[in-house]
Amino acid sequence: MSIIEVKNVTKQFGKFTALDGVDMQVNKGEVYGFIGPNGAGKSTTIRILLGIIKASKGSVQIFGKDAWQEAVSIHERIAYVPGDVNLWPNLTGGEVIDLFTKLRGKVDKGRREELMERFELDPTKKCRTYSKGNRQKVALVSAFASEADLYILDEPTSGLDPLMERVFQECVLEAKDAGKSVLLSSHILSEVERLCDRVGIIRQGKMIESGSMSELRHLTRTNLLVQTKQTMGDLGKIEGVHDLEEKEGAFSFQVDSEKLDGVIRYLSSFGIEKLESAPPNLEDLFMRHYEGDREPMREGEQDA
Amino acid sequence: MLSGRGTTTLLRFLVRRDRIRTPVFGSLLILITCMTTVALANLYNSSDSRQTMAETMVNPAMTAMLGKGYGLENYTIGAMMAHQMLLFTVIAMAIMNILLVARHTRADEEEGRVELIRSLPSGRLANLYATLILAFLTNMVIAILTGLGLYALGIESMNLEGSLLYGAALGAAGFFFATVTSIFAQLSENARGTIGLSFTLLGISYLIRAVGDVSNDALSMVSPLGWILGSEVYVTNKWWPIVITLTFSVLLMIVSCVLYSKRDLGAGLLPTKPGKRNASASLLSPFGLSIRLQRTGLISWAVGMFILGASYGSVLGDLDSFFVENEMFQQLLNPENGHSLTEQFLTMMMSVLAMVSTIPALMSVNKLVGEERKGRVELLLSKKVSRNRLLGSALVLSTIVSFIMLSLTALGLWTAGNLSMENGMDFWNVYSAAIVYLPAVLLIVGFGILIIGLLPRVTIAGWIYLMFSFFVVYLGGLLEFPEWLSGISPFGQIPELLVEKRNYLPVFIVTVLAGLCVVVGFVGYNKRDIQA
Repeated sequence: MSIIEVKNVTKQFGKFTALDGVDMQVNKGEVYGFIGPNGAGKSTTIRILLGIIKASKGSVQIFGKDAWQEAVSIHERIAYVPGDVNLWPNLTGGEVIDLFTKLRGKVDKGRREELMERFELDPTKKCRTYSKGNRQKVALVSAFASEADLYILDEPTSGLDPLMERVFQECVLEAKDAGKSVLLSSHILSEVERLCDRVGIIRQGKMIESGSMSELRHLTRTNLLVQTKQTMGDLGKIEGVHDLEEKEGAFSFQVDSEKLDGVIRYLSSFGIEKLESAPPNLEDLFMRHYEGDREPMREGEQDA
Repeated sequence: MLSGRGTTTLLRFLVRRDRIRTPVFGSLLILITCMTTVALANLYNSSDSRQTMAETMVNPAMTAMLGKGYGLENYTIGAMMAHQMLLFTVIAMAIMNILLVARHTRADEEEGRVELIRSLPSGRLANLYATLILAFLTNMVIAILTGLGLYALGIESMNLEGSLLYGAALGAAGFFFATVTSIFAQLSENARGTIGLSFTLLGISYLIRAVGDVSNDALSMVSPLGWILGSEVYVTNKWWPIVITLTFSVLLMIVSCVLYSKRDLGAGLLPTKPGKRNASASLLSPFGLSIRLQRTGLISWAVGMFILGASYGSVLGDLDSFFVENEMFQQLLNPENGHSLTEQFLTMMMSVLAMVSTIPALMSVNKLVGEERKGRVELLLSKKVSRNRLLGSALVLSTIVSFIMLSLTALGLWTAGNLSMENGMDFWNVYSAAIVYLPAVLLIVGFGILIIGLLPRVTIAGWIYLMFSFFVVYLGGLLEFPEWLSGISPFGQIPELLVEKRNYLPVFIVTVLAGLCVVVGFVGYNKRDIQA
């Protein structure tokens, strides 16, 4: 069952097209990673989801309701953490958390205390004295203290230390275990890799890639550094080998994950002296998208 | 310790940041000053008409409002213009300086920008030095240009020395409040507190001078505004007030530099205490939140409005006896229609007081756009809060604010008036004469809502409308504007209950217009994007 259903959404600010035919689907009980470079349209998409701005074209449904028309009733079941948490300087963190949870509806005092302890937040301080990370903690505590069905998190960990980031990840996984859905926009790719079931990549207002993590993993490449006894033939011609470089008699290159077997067989025929491999990671894949690499992609290639 | 390395570079940077704001303010100020002078010169072109004007100046209300009249035996255009304009122009300069210094000191510090500068090889005090030098230069330029501008008008009674003294009075007072603000920027740890404390001091200075000018000259000498008015521009041209004001400014400047060099960056010298762990139930709604955010400001305004009303009321007794003695005034205000002169004077003041009461109401409603620009409206709308509820909360709050401010003004006026007059006034008469302006205040508020719904980028429009109203209603009589012009302002439409027939039709029309503005504003607010 899909919780968020975005179809062909376009958003224009004057002449500038911020979003251009964006599709997105987030299912119940899944953590959806939403990534893309700065200014790609992540926050714009999220603000449309929240009914704070209106899509110029296309349909946006959350829980089967229109995100603009029925924003208020949708928000009863949504918890949102913005990337740039701007709070009222003269209220304390505790007061803001109470305000947010109350305005959302359901209040769970015990959960609030527990989360403040886990995030090590001092709620008696005025918001003007909080660092960015502490302001994010305020937003995170108030989000996870409410019994939402959908969590929309816009770069929620950009100011948190690694320990707090782990607490955050635990909270997301707890929500997921409880059958909640999460839309997580993030630049921290290890976080996305660890938490998300599916990922969508947006660039220049268009979704250029989306799919499950395992699908995307097929798109990743393994980094290899090889030295052989005999001189190799033209390695660059072998299918699946990229970015070939020669370094002091050794070759470093990337191999498409599903072509790895064939490449290794080919290499071993020359007698391997040294073989170093770096594990396949999504980072390189994301980087390729972030940098706007025009190499052919197997699916979702709309960015030519 | 007191190093100012990099001050000149920073100064150039600050000039660049203010390259639009300050020139616009300065040119407007000079333009308005010169235009008013020309208008006065044209209106009062005979010495008879000026002497008549001089007669009206010798009363406690005018003294409280503008300072003591001087040179009245030979009331020249220069004396008239300086008496009527100097104090309020000085206040405008003070406000500009308070905002300028707060912006470049505590506000920058609060936002972490000073930290960036301090991390560079710049002196610890460079930012404060640069700000103070900027303030000094800004005031000096405005002072000289105003002086030259007034002299250039070529009005007989306005010689070069007087004109330059007029400018110098503006500049010196402006710089004084710049240095005052630089002190408060060290005491308070945020820009809001800095501006609040500075404005409070400005308000107290005005009140002390008002009371002092009416009752006790020595008291006026406690107030920096009292010093400035001692210059008697265009009559005796005394320069000592400029010297005193600048001397005190230099002392304050030194103190603020020492305070700044001793404290930690980001810290304030006034203590702060830990806040609440839990929100009280009254905070937990958009309405409660608005009240909480505006509480301090609104309470200050409420006290201020009561005092303002009372300060007018306190002179009513003197005014009454003054009117009795003054035959000319009796003719001027034409008491034939059975209303006392005091009542007539009161009605004139009522519309002005109502317009002042509108300021906190409009500020309150515009707060919603301020919150939007800071990304906080988004935080609320992402909860179970509808746009109607949010805008409705702002509307209800500002309506209540309008009502309270008007009521307190009337109460202050009546209370102090009763104490000072031999025959007391009927409370309901005074109160209804004030509260009849509520629809006019609400029309400005409604106009504010309309702007929020349709053109949130130009919230200044509400202020322009209010300033226009003030200009045409208050100065309109003096400068003899055509009547239709003051009709555009809702305050010009409201019947003057104490002296006019009770014609409620305009009140009704203004109320309906206010309602219409509100409806359009709500529709627009529901349709538009919330700004990032």
